[in-house]
Amino acid sequence: MTKLSYVRTEMLPEREPPTSATGVIGWMRQNLFNGWMNSLLTLISLAVIFWLVAGLLPWFWSPTWNAGSLGQCREIIAEAGKQSGACWGVINERWPQMLFGFYPQDLRLRPTLAFFLLFVALIPVLFAMISRRMNWLLLVLVLFAATFFGPGGAVMTVLQIVLGLGLAWLAWTVVATDRADRAAQIKEGVKRLPNPLIFSAAFVFLMPWLLWGGSVWVPVGVALGFVIGWLVFRLLNALIGSLAALILAIVTPVLWWLFLNGLFASAMQAVLPYGLEPVPSRLFGGLLLSVTIGVTAIVISLPMGIMLALGRQSDLLIVKSLSVIFIEFIRGVPLITLLFVASVLLNIFLPPGTNFDIILRVIIMATIFAAAYMAEVVRGGLAALPKGQYEAADALGLDYWKAQRLIIMPQALKISIPGIVSTFIGLFKDTTLVSIIGLLDPIGLSTSIRADTNWNGIVWELYGFVALLFFIFTFSMSRYSMYLERRLRTDHG
Amino acid sequence: MTTLTDPAKGAFRLSMLIYDSRYRSITIQIIALIAVLTLIGWLISNTASNLADLGKQPSFGFLGEAAGYDINQRLIDYQNQDTHLRAAFVGVLNTLLVAAMGCVTATIIGVFVGVLRLSKNWVVARLMTLYVETFRNVPVLLWIVFTMAVLIETLPAPNQFRGATPEATMLLGDTVALTNRGFYVPEPLFSRSIGDIHLFGASPLRFDVSLDLIAVLATLIASFLIASLITRRADRIQAATGVRPRTWHWRLAVIVLPLAALLAGLGFYLGHPALKGFNFQGGVYMRNSLIALWLALSLYTAAFIAEIVRAGILAISKGQTEAAAALGLRPRRVMSLVILPQALRVIIPPLISQYLNLTKNSSLAIAVGYMDITGTLMGITLNQTGRELETILIGMLIYLTISLTISFVMNVYNDAVKLRER
Amino acid sequence: MKKTVFLGALTVAAIAAGAASAATLDDVKARGKLNCGVVTGLVGFGAPDANGRWEGFDVSVCRAVAAAVLGDPDAVEFVPTTGKTRFTALASGEIDLLARNTTWTFSRDVDLKFEFVGVNYYDGQGFLVRKDLGVSSAKELDGATVCIQTGTTTELNLADFFRANNMSYDPVPIETNAEGQQQYLAGACDAYTTDASGLAATRATFEDPAAHVILPEIISKEPLGPLVRHGDQEWGDIARWTLNALIAAEELGVTSANIDELASGTENPEINRLLGTEGSLGEMLGLDAEWAKRAIKANGNYGEIFAKTIGESTPVGLARGLNAQWKDGGILYVPPFR
Repeated sequence: MTKLSYVRTEMLPEREPPTSATGVIGWMRQNLFNGWMNSLLTLISLAVIFWLVAGLLPWFWSPTWNAGSLGQCREIIAEAGKQSGACWGVINERWPQMLFGFYPQDLRLRPTLAFFLLFVALIPVLFAMISRRMNWLLLVLVLFAATFFGPGGAVMTVLQIVLGLGLAWLAWTVVATDRADRAAQIKEGVKRLPNPLIFSAAFVFLMPWLLWGGSVWVPVGVALGFVIGWLVFRLLNALIGSLAALILAIVTPVLWWLFLNGLFASAMQAVLPYGLEPVPSRLFGGLLLSVTIGVTAIVISLPMGIMLALGRQSDLLIVKSLSVIFIEFIRGVPLITLLFVASVLLNIFLPPGTNFDIILRVIIMATIFAAAYMAEVVRGGLAALPKGQYEAADALGLDYWKAQRLIIMPQALKISIPGIVSTFIGLFKDTTLVSIIGLLDPIGLSTSIRADTNWNGIVWELYGFVALLFFIFTFSMSRYSMYLERRLRTDHG
Repeated sequence: MTTLTDPAKGAFRLSMLIYDSRYRSITIQIIALIAVLTLIGWLISNTASNLADLGKQPSFGFLGEAAGYDINQRLIDYQNQDTHLRAAFVGVLNTLLVAAMGCVTATIIGVFVGVLRLSKNWVVARLMTLYVETFRNVPVLLWIVFTMAVLIETLPAPNQFRGATPEATMLLGDTVALTNRGFYVPEPLFSRSIGDIHLFGASPLRFDVSLDLIAVLATLIASFLIASLITRRADRIQAATGVRPRTWHWRLAVIVLPLAALLAGLGFYLGHPALKGFNFQGGVYMRNSLIALWLALSLYTAAFIAEIVRAGILAISKGQTEAAAALGLRPRRVMSLVILPQALRVIIPPLISQYLNLTKNSSLAIAVGYMDITGTLMGITLNQTGRELETILIGMLIYLTISLTISFVMNVYNDAVKLRER
Repeated sequence: MKKTVFLGALTVAAIAAGAASAATLDDVKARGKLNCGVVTGLVGFGAPDANGRWEGFDVSVCRAVAAAVLGDPDAVEFVPTTGKTRFTALASGEIDLLARNTTWTFSRDVDLKFEFVGVNYYDGQGFLVRKDLGVSSAKELDGATVCIQTGTTTELNLADFFRANNMSYDPVPIETNAEGQQQYLAGACDAYTTDASGLAATRATFEDPAAHVILPEIISKEPLGPLVRHGDQEWGDIARWTLNALIAAEELGVTSANIDELASGTENPEINRLLGTEGSLGEMLGLDAEWAKRAIKANGNYGEIFAKTIGESTPVGLARGLNAQWKDGGILYVPPFR
């Protein structure tokens, strides 16, 4: 037998991949043109993109920023020798109105400040990765920046100096000690800065005060109500048991708010008068209105939603069915019908003579609406918790409320944050529906602006601007929510 | 011998209502019930006294009065002398129409986009992402108004079809006209029609159902049943012999032939729209408000459905794809035979809530003047009669019924496809 | 009575006042502001300008009443209302006065329990069509597509008109004038129908107004006027006579320019009574003597307001027509101030 071998004994040298498989061409072949189907899709997509850009770009590029009326726009466009173009003069003239509505011009610093502070307040709630020092630094920075836009005066200068010093000190500590050093310092027993969640809690009372103004003692009194409730609970818990204490802890603050808070506020106002110029909610409009309705409704609906979710999960038949009826009813009807209720019926349901402002009525209905959705989100969070957590809480001998407060809710709420954010996004977009009942949100305002003889006949510019405003907000929020979901996923392996 | 006995039951004391866990839950529930009932009673008494002050007694009598206004979009016959109840009924049907059309289209677009977003084709995936993000992040009300404006501004007016050298022409051999008032498409007509059934006599809920349509539907259902019997027989033969007989021509014949015979018997023809007077006449007229609402709702909801579909597909573990590939299935068959059926179980529950959202969002029809239940009952009827309480109450109940029905039906379906865990 | 109630963290200012009952005047005075319901935006009749200040024909009525009652034409809270919300807003006491081109009809007056205090604009429903449509009468509109604004008497008038003339039509309901204008201009409707004043206002802002024509038929009577709730005659009187004062001022030649001069006393006893230098008309209304003077000074007399907001020199370009003084061939005829 002859030993025949057709197997190559030495390796061939490596060769470069053909140019058609590397670089731009290779990437294109792999990603865009592999197979006739893919090539077709690519070509169609490119055609669509080209068509969109070619159609819109010339229209966008229109030198009409300074026009004072639609007529002037038409003249400018005709001079430029174009068939059609956008009339940006309307945006130039009306953008402050689209943002703030009728909010007094000299007071617009307040909602702006509230808006930026909102972010500072949200950071510790939503992003756990920012250090306390960073957070306080941000807060002082926002306040410091705000003082430059406010009214001048000696007090303001002093405030500026104080804030400036604070800013410098905080910045210095942040720069001087890095994370590891700081951690070591804390281990050695250096006092930490207070938890920024304190500011977040205070902001709940600060925001309405900044927006609506009035005596500073009113929000202080409201906050005091919560403190009273907490004290009642702590004092009575040992004496009469947790359930009775809880009930009293809810009833007492309500009584305080209803009957004593007004007295307290006016008394304190007489002693130490301090307040901001009140702004009636009727003057709210534009984006400010949407944000106010959205944020207020979500904040108030959260505790309501938690209670409803617990009610729905509860073993108590009546409580459970009441919760289910409420949630399913609200989720079963469109928001617009609830807004109709707000605009034409809510006053009929209330005692004769009470008359809420339409915007407050809308906020009430939006809150109820959001609460039902929030309940479902929280219920999802509760359902996602492993059963072991409940059993462990029981095994520790915690009663129902303690188990909820210490074990269940902190975990369930954390899981629910993406859901809460997307509920907020939904609600925020849905605030545009208030234009249908005659409130001047960005869409409602664009109708009013078109009723101005100067701008009668304008369509796309206003809608486009409104769309852009909403897009910026909701897109960034949805990105945030996606980031959170990713983070939560890794947390759970 | 000692026996364990229950602790002696003491006499019932009032304090046991709070401290004894046996009674406590009952106490809580009764307190809650009383609180809620008090609240409701308070609201009702407020309402009663307020209405008395205004001199309006709640009454549903207005539903029987003549409406007096015209409705352009209607699935059933209606004149302005019909009652408000009839107008409301027209509105309900319009709501259902646009909701049904929207759900179907949104699902189709959504699945398509959701799958394409996962495409390896860079341009296509990015384009789909762009679509999803733009539509999801802008309020639906704006989209509805936008779409309406686009339809009105870009399509030709019927006037432009006129004259010796018209600026616009009809499509598909003069059978379809796309105008800014709406689309006119050919209409199926029967020259030897077998008539209509009139349901509910002359009541406001009267309803005509075309017998021709019933006959066509019945024939189709019967044909499909027979076709599925043929398939099953083929399955049996395949199981027994390992050879699958060719059946597609049989199935096709079973479906096509009876239908063709029926249509021929009824004298089926297409009625084409033609420009007469101010408008096109003849054909099916889909008005621009319906199209705008339908398109906007579909595209908006499709963006959400796309995300749901994408999440559903991504939720299927990669092992499934690899296993399917190992079995030798082509990528497209992997998708349709392995991935989608499993993904469906993840997809359906959120899909239900998207359908519900779409139905509820259809109430924004008033923004473009589509006469749904919000436009008729809670719109013009409310304005003309001043019966806010009654109209809004009825409207809410109608929406509630629709929502509950949809979620009931979809939940039944969901239970049917759910993975049976053993 | 004013008290502040708190619901959670939300500050809710509940203005508890005998809203639906009498004494609107006292409420307005206590509040220091007049709550006035207006349109969300209608060219010439009411719209906010870039600074958020409301301007327009109907808005001027609000300002005049505020000036008469509170002494300040700017002491008005403008509450934008839609066709749907306007009546409930008034009935529930959210607004004290509705000045929102509202047609005075039997059922609104009697059944909905409102009191129309007068007519500030005599209008009628008309049709706007393109000239090239070749239509010269509304009776030729058989089969046409007609855009109508919902929430008004317009759709009922239209239904009646076409029924009476045995014609068919295709109604396109729309929410706001801006949308109606857009649809009409793009040719999505053949005719646009609303009050003739609104049609003229709309046409005036077109790129080429001459290509459109308002048909001669006016198919309805639309007396538009401000209204208040039933049951508070005193408040109704104030609103009624403030409006009358504006109209009478034009008739008597009192303008915002010469009012200060005339207020020091004239030969004409009616002017003197109107401006409070003679008699005690203001006192009878529960106001001071100079109420009418302030109301007229706020925006001028009826003629001045008309000229400034919707008259021929404005883009809206409405002729006085029926709304001229009775001496000039119109039907404005106010009862004497005596």
